[in-house]
Amino acid sequence: METEGVERFVLEGTDYVYPRTTNKILEAYLIAKGIPKEDILINYTPFGFSDWQTEVAKIKEFGSAGKKTAVVSTINGDANVPFYKELGNKGIKATDIPVVAFSVGEEELAGLDTKPLVGHLAAWNYFQSVDAPANAEFIKQWHAFTKNDKRVTNDPMEAAYIGFSAWVKAVEAAGTTDTDAVLDTIIGTSVPNLSGGYSTVMPNHHITKPVLIGEIQEDGQFEIVQQTPQVVGDEWSDFLPDSKDLISDWRKPMSCGNFNVATGKCGGKGS
Amino acid sequence: MYRAIQTFLVALCLLVSCLATGLRAQEDIRPLVDALGAGGFPQKIEAVKALAASGDPKVAEILQNLSDGKLYAPKTGGPVYLEGPTDGGYVDVLTGASAADVPGNLAKIRLNNGLRGAIGAALSQLTLLSPDRAARLTASQDLLKDANPDNLDLLNSALAQEKDAEVKATMEAARAVILLKTDASAEDKKAAIDMIAARGNRDALTILTAAMENAPEDLKPAIEQNIASIKTSLAAWDVAQNVWYGLSLGSVLLLAAIGLAITFGVMGIINMAHGEMVMLGAYTTYVVQQTVAAVAPGMADYSLAFAVPAAFLFTGLVGVGIERSVIRWLYGRPLETLLATWGISLILQQAIRTIFGPTNRQVDNPSWMSGVFEVGGLAITYNRMWIIVFSLGVFVALLLLLKRSKFGLQMRAVTQNRRMASSMGIRTPWVDALTFGLGSGIAGMAGVALSQIDNVSPNLGQNYIIDSFMVVVFGGVGNLWGTLVGALTLGIANKFLEPYAGAVLGKILILIFIILFIQRRPRGLFALKGRAVEQ
Repeated sequence: METEGVERFVLEGTDYVYPRTTNKILEAYLIAKGIPKEDILINYTPFGFSDWQTEVAKIKEFGSAGKKTAVVSTINGDANVPFYKELGNKGIKATDIPVVAFSVGEEELAGLDTKPLVGHLAAWNYFQSVDAPANAEFIKQWHAFTKNDKRVTNDPMEAAYIGFSAWVKAVEAAGTTDTDAVLDTIIGTSVPNLSGGYSTVMPNHHITKPVLIGEIQEDGQFEIVQQTPQVVGDEWSDFLPDSKDLISDWRKPMSCGNFNVATGKCGGKGS
Repeated sequence: MYRAIQTFLVALCLLVSCLATGLRAQEDIRPLVDALGAGGFPQKIEAVKALAASGDPKVAEILQNLSDGKLYAPKTGGPVYLEGPTDGGYVDVLTGASAADVPGNLAKIRLNNGLRGAIGAALSQLTLLSPDRAARLTASQDLLKDANPDNLDLLNSALAQEKDAEVKATMEAARAVILLKTDASAEDKKAAIDMIAARGNRDALTILTAAMENAPEDLKPAIEQNIASIKTSLAAWDVAQNVWYGLSLGSVLLLAAIGLAITFGVMGIINMAHGEMVMLGAYTTYVVQQTVAAVAPGMADYSLAFAVPAAFLFTGLVGVGIERSVIRWLYGRPLETLLATWGISLILQQAIRTIFGPTNRQVDNPSWMSGVFEVGGLAITYNRMWIIVFSLGVFVALLLLLKRSKFGLQMRAVTQNRRMASSMGIRTPWVDALTFGLGSGIAGMAGVALSQIDNVSPNLGQNYIIDSFMVVVFGGVGNLWGTLVGALTLGIANKFLEPYAGAVLGKILILIFIILFIQRRPRGLFALKGRAVEQ
């Protein structure tokens, strides 16, 4: 986002727990980065929302304050298609107001006319366009398996690929498929991922992955325009007062998903 | 003879030297072109600027190719190649000659929005004097966005020879914006501000707000005044815009509900499979579009014209099939009908999922349904406009069919008094089947329209079934006019609530309103009167 010089943000989401939490963290993060509160617009729409005229007009209006504006979208599933269609029809191009989506991947774009969307962004840990031998091999196998060389691969597929390989490796180390034993050996297991690196399972049961920012291309694929090194998943955001004392560590003796460092107890923020 | 040879030699020399200078000029920009393939985006933006500054006639073409993603370079940096006309081949960027010894690790030169902006700005300088009107318009719009003071002289010279009114207006606006940034005289700036304010749209507001920051003190009141007056006029237009949005939402509701107004409203069948008829219509559009694209690609823009009758016939036939096989056994048993039609809706969804897959299908908007035009401060998108026209057309056609045709007469007779109609010689079972088919067919036509604004997925129908029932019940069961007024009322009310209450709360408020309304008037807006209702 720094390279685009964006100063105003619209956080547009579907009205349920994931966008609400993401936007809560994002808002705290943006304010911490010195973005004034009046430059952040948060907006929610119901599931399967299809009439985006008013919302898109609102975004356009918010974007006409003389500062570069971007939309961070956590819009869920099907509602994305009419949203992008309305953007395209209203003539809002990515060079005017770029949209960064957290939940639009190759599979969603397959059902869309992508011409008006070129240049909008998405953030994932994997794109089909990742240039790595492991990925090329995976795509080849996927096309052979589906008997359709037009089918796309996406991030959740990579997640399943890594998850299964990590489990296999942990089972080999434990010598049994017994859940408790595998849970102990899986921490620290490192398996190759599809973006040419290794993903390691951390004590908080998150894995290390690179974060990729891709731009939508005319063929429905993403061009990777930015890539971070391997990132460790942070289970509790440091930017929210309620969760900054919480950590997750599944190693003994803690074995807990919401361990509170301040009170030394398991069980969330406590009272 | 000697003289002739001498002349020939001189001519030859001239030709060779000309070629050489031509080649040299091209070779001069080669390092600049090759710079496009190296480094990160900031370096590439610099490279684009340097290339544009070289003033070589080839630059516009090269930048266009870059923007189209046709240029390739080795990942490690190095010479840049152009994608050849044939698959897999590369040609020299400057000469267009087929390139030999192409390195194996070529990759497409990637663009991001910053780079795209730089290319647009560079291209606009080069195409501002182009003979093509569209190219000039795009170029002047880009200049307006970019507003780089360096382009002032270029704009002045372009303005002097511009004849087209729209292009000229855009150029003048771009010139005004640039003037605000330079240290032009206060008078010029004042004129520039008036010029921008006269445009009176949201873009003008953006420009003026941005100009406010570094404007000289004595100009600030003028800018503020203009901003205020633009805001007032925009607020007035906003009301009109909301009415338009409401009409548009209302027309979508009308389309979705009008088929149900027949099957539920006129026949009294609680038809839970109505949404799936809409969905089938949308999938018919998809199939028709694919077929047209395969058979006659030139007709792709008009595939909707084939899709409308195809969807009507197909879903109408499915409707007749459903009525003959399931519903006719269940007349007078509303609960069983509800369950049976719900079951049918699940079967249809799953069938579509099996045939077409669970993901969305892509239905393209034809070119005459894409884009937006402005009337005063109103931004009207073509697809919404055509959908309003279409839904009103369907409504009028249906009304005429019911009131003026023999079939409409029989249909009304059967719904009002079945036994009497039967003893007058009307074949009531066939009228039932055709009526249900008609309602389904109209739902299918609605699907054609909805495929243009919503996603074509197996769940398409579910999103509309609740709204459809809402409209029919609110408008008054068994009355087409009620459906029209109900749909438009709900659409406009929804769109006026949305900016203030938000999309989620707006929808809740509408539902509460309908619940309260139904309590007061259980038969809806336009209640049918007479003995048939009282039974």
